[in-house]
Amino acid sequence: MMCTVCGCGGGEAKIEGHDHHEDNGQHRHGDEALPAHVHAPGMEGRRMVQIEQDILAKNQRHADANRRYLAEQGIFALNLVSSPGSGKTTLLVRTVEALRHRLPVAVIEGDQQTGRDAERIRATGVPALQINTGKGCHLDAHMVGHGLEQMQPLAGGVLFIENVGNLVCPSAFDLGEAHKVVVLSVTEGEDKPLKYPDMFHAADLMLLNKIDLLPYLEFDVHACIDYARRINPKLAVLQVSATRGDGMAAWLDWIEKGAGLARHDRDKVLWERKAALEQELAVLQSRLGDAN
Amino acid sequence: MHELALCEGILQALEEQAKIRHFARVHAVWLEIGVLSSVEPEALRFNFDVITHGTLAEGSRLEIVTVPAQAWCLPCGGKISIQQYFDACPQCGSHQLQIVEGEELRIQQLEVE
Repeated sequence: MMCTVCGCGGGEAKIEGHDHHEDNGQHRHGDEALPAHVHAPGMEGRRMVQIEQDILAKNQRHADANRRYLAEQGIFALNLVSSPGSGKTTLLVRTVEALRHRLPVAVIEGDQQTGRDAERIRATGVPALQINTGKGCHLDAHMVGHGLEQMQPLAGGVLFIENVGNLVCPSAFDLGEAHKVVVLSVTEGEDKPLKYPDMFHAADLMLLNKIDLLPYLEFDVHACIDYARRINPKLAVLQVSATRGDGMAAWLDWIEKGAGLARHDRDKVLWERKAALEQELAVLQSRLGDAN
Repeated sequence: MHELALCEGILQALEEQAKIRHFARVHAVWLEIGVLSSVEPEALRFNFDVITHGTLAEGSRLEIVTVPAQAWCLPCGGKISIQQYFDACPQCGSHQLQIVEGEELRIQQLEVE
C-alpha cells in the first residue's frame, strides 16, 4: 500500500507515529511525489496524525468488559441472531421453559420497538429485559452492559441475548457473548448463508428451525448446510422444530454443556483475577514503602 | 449495513483524538475498509456527511482505502486471495481458510488543524 502521508521530504509537516510506516518496508523517503494536500497553498497549520484505530474499538472495550463480568459470574451467554420471522422468540420461549428448572436463566431482548418479546419471555416465569434500539439495527455491547447492570443475571446460569432480527448488522458487534447462534428457518431460502455470509462466518452454531414444515417445502437441507460450511467449516448445525419439539433435546444438551464449562472456568477466572489484584497490591505497598 | 453506527464510531474517535492530539478541525479522514467487512462505501460517505454536520469534521474529505482479502488455506498451506467468505482455495478447492486480511474497519490517519 502506498504511503499517502508522506510530508517528510521537506520536513514541514510533523507526522506522529510515522515510524510505523517506515518499519513496514513499503515506505521510501525522498523519491516519491509528495501528496498535493501537504503543499497546497493556504494549508499551513494542517498536519497529519496517524491513529490506526479500529472504528469499533469502543464497542470492543465494552464487549471485553461484558465478557470479563460474565466469566467471573460463570454465566454462559449466547447471542441469538437471525432474520425477522425465523421463529427465534418461539424457540427461545420453548428453550427457557425447558431450562428454567435446571439452571438460572435470564433473557435480554433486543428489538427496534415494543416490549412484546420480553413479555412473552416473562410469561414463562423467566426474568427478561427489553432493550429497544429505536433506529438502531443491532444491539451493541454498551447497551448490553447496561442491561447486565440492571438485571444482574444469576451466577452460574445462562443468559440469552436475542438480537434485533437482522442477518447483517449484528454480525459486526461483539456483545461479550460466548457464542453467536444463528437461527435459520426452512421457510427461508437455503442459499441464505451465501447471501448473508458475514453472520454465518461469525456464528459458532446454526439452528435450522421449523423442520416440521419440510414436507411442505422445497428446501434442500444438505445444500443449506453445505453453503453454510463453505463460509464457516467449523459451524455446528442442529436441526430443530421449536413448535413440535424435534431436536430440542440436542440443543438443550449443547447449552447445558456450555453452561457447565462456564461454571467450571469461573473459579479459574476468579483465581487469575485474585492473583492480578495481589500483584497490584504488592506494587502499591512497595511504592508506599518507598514514599515512607 | 450499519454504516450509520460506524460513522458515529468514527466521530467519537475523532472527538477523543482532538482532545489528546490537540486539534480543532478535521479536514480529511483515511479509512481502511476490508472487502469482507460488508461496508458499502457510498452509504458510508453519505452517513459520514450527515453525522459530521455541525461537528469538528464538518465538510471533511473521506478517503477510503480498500483492503483486499487474503487467507491461509489450512489443508494446503497456500496464501491465497479471496473475494468472498465462501470462496474456495484456487489451488486445492478447500473451504478451510484462515482469513488474515480483508476484515479491517480502521481509521488510519487524519489531516487536522
